[in-house]
Amino acid sequence: MAAPVLRRGCRGRLWALACVDGGSCHGRGAPTGSPSNRIRGQSSVAQQPLHTAQKPRKGEHNWAAVVGLEIHAQISSNSKLFSGSQVRFSAPPNSLVSFFDASLPGTLPVLNRRCVEAAVMTGLALNCHINKKSLFDRKHYFYADLPAGYQITQQRLPIAVNGSLTYGVSAGKERGQVIPKTVRVKQIQLEQDSGKSLHDDLRSQTLIDLNRAEGQLRVDANISVHHPGEPLGVRTEVKNLNSIRFLAKAIDYEIQRQINELENGGEILNETRSFHEKLGCTVSMRDKEAKQDYRFMPEPNLPPLLLYDATSLPIGADPRQVIDIDQIRETLPELPSVTRERLVQQYGMLPEHSFTLLNEVGLLEFFQNVIKETRAEPKKVTSWVLNIFLGYLKQENLAVSESPVTPSALAELLDLLDSRTISSSAAKQVFEELWKREGKTPGQIVSEKQLELMQDRGALEQFCYSVMKDHPQVVMDVKKGNPRAINKLIGLVRKATLNRADPAVIKEILEKQLSS
Amino acid sequence: MWARALWLGLRAPLGGPRGFTSKTDLQGSGRITAEMIEHLERLALVDFGSREAVARLEKAIAFADRLRAVDTDGVEPMESVLEDRCLYLRSDNVVEGNCADELLQNSHRVVEEYFVAPPGNIPLPKLDEQEPFPHS
Repeated sequence: MAAPVLRRGCRGRLWALACVDGGSCHGRGAPTGSPSNRIRGQSSVAQQPLHTAQKPRKGEHNWAAVVGLEIHAQISSNSKLFSGSQVRFSAPPNSLVSFFDASLPGTLPVLNRRCVEAAVMTGLALNCHINKKSLFDRKHYFYADLPAGYQITQQRLPIAVNGSLTYGVSAGKERGQVIPKTVRVKQIQLEQDSGKSLHDDLRSQTLIDLNRAEGQLRVDANISVHHPGEPLGVRTEVKNLNSIRFLAKAIDYEIQRQINELENGGEILNETRSFHEKLGCTVSMRDKEAKQDYRFMPEPNLPPLLLYDATSLPIGADPRQVIDIDQIRETLPELPSVTRERLVQQYGMLPEHSFTLLNEVGLLEFFQNVIKETRAEPKKVTSWVLNIFLGYLKQENLAVSESPVTPSALAELLDLLDSRTISSSAAKQVFEELWKREGKTPGQIVSEKQLELMQDRGALEQFCYSVMKDHPQVVMDVKKGNPRAINKLIGLVRKATLNRADPAVIKEILEKQLSS
Repeated sequence: MWARALWLGLRAPLGGPRGFTSKTDLQGSGRITAEMIEHLERLALVDFGSREAVARLEKAIAFADRLRAVDTDGVEPMESVLEDRCLYLRSDNVVEGNCADELLQNSHRVVEEYFVAPPGNIPLPKLDEQEPFPHS
């Protein structure tokens, strides 16, 4: 998921519901009257087991799974969302805590401008509609790391809604084949973080640190299954997912668990589950409390958050007290989807190539630097960067920044190829030499290893002639119409010329000589 | 527990189309049931320890209920009494914190620089486990 820059946690948190393909997402258990919108996610077809069920089985055997993600991302800022305490990772416990953060009576939240800007930027980057008016609410529940007994969030009217994100999924057997997909973003909201609890089971106590700078990206998944065409199923929420890999595993497991449960006549409970990493399964987290009732109410200490744009900016207002959406939009860097589109248009590459270029840190810059310095065709550069260069990197698990081959070196190599000074196979040889970090330039390697293509056509014709003379049988095969025989001749000529001849030229000369 | 159920004329909660709907709504039956009281006690950690307290709750709801007399058709609900005020935006500077010692003094128990709390939420005793309340 696209997330804002993650740095040392702020007590402010950006919270986005991202929905997979199609419908809306599972809501976050908010006790609103309207049903949460759902999304159609992947469909998995369940096998029909042969058994006698007590309940009559539902007609269809196709299952559709619906997945909604709640993503908690910390905003990169100096101070917290509602207080002037520092945001820093790894500080002594409770040292970054102000009176407000400790929920002492009489303290009030004061909104951090930078956090609002970050939320707007994120909303714009995710194609959301920015709500010019958004509201803060209190969400009540009891836990030791929430000293106020409530969390300030944006339940009713968040700062951004109805966005989307296009991403690529590696699919298909061919390497590098990427299918573009779109996920909907239901909303983005600003909310407080709770503190950190350290559980001391030995002494049966919990240690509370209210610094709140966890510095992590956290995802909760909401999952349900249903038969296509029927109403959506009961959803479960899976929490405590700390990596993309476990997120995927947990979702796959939970979808299958629900399908199995329902096919065996059981039912799905609307509950919270956690993912057990070692066992690869989800387990119920239900405790004695029944369903949570968060008793949402407007945050009485914060007026509505009003945002402006170029047309609605109040005249004569203090610029520090006013946030201009259009101004923030101008500070956005080029977004990935725009970059990808530009690459496809400008260099004629396939969409999947653009995904690959952007998905590897530093690769786009490398590519663009090569383009700048070489005369070779962009398609050639694309092919070399994505296939050969990236292949070598992956083989040795190196980042682009650790590459032994610089953009200049590759550009020089591609120039040699482009000017037909060397053949394609020779170029690959040179690349392998460059990778050895011996400090030689492509030109030097070419001369040392005598990889230059023969420029003397006359000499090449001589080679062809003598090869044909030495292998009359093969010549006969060619004349008989055996299509592979010519390749044998080409191979023989190449060997004779120590691979210094362009196979295409060899073929052309041979054909000419054969026909005469 | 409550010897008597309390009857109340209560309809849907106050607030317009964008208001919160909470599980503490009465579903139109117009009673505060014992389950409701128990639910409220868990949610808010208040103790309706006496019939008088419940009666006070009943009166409070009836008092608020009188707002129903006002015709609010076509009127946008008020968000808060501050809704016409400007929300102040603070610059992103570090100006407070670093007072762990002071804050920890408020805590009954402290371990190194951590507040100490019980291992988890201590569940309230269940409905049937509670003492019959004294004034019934």
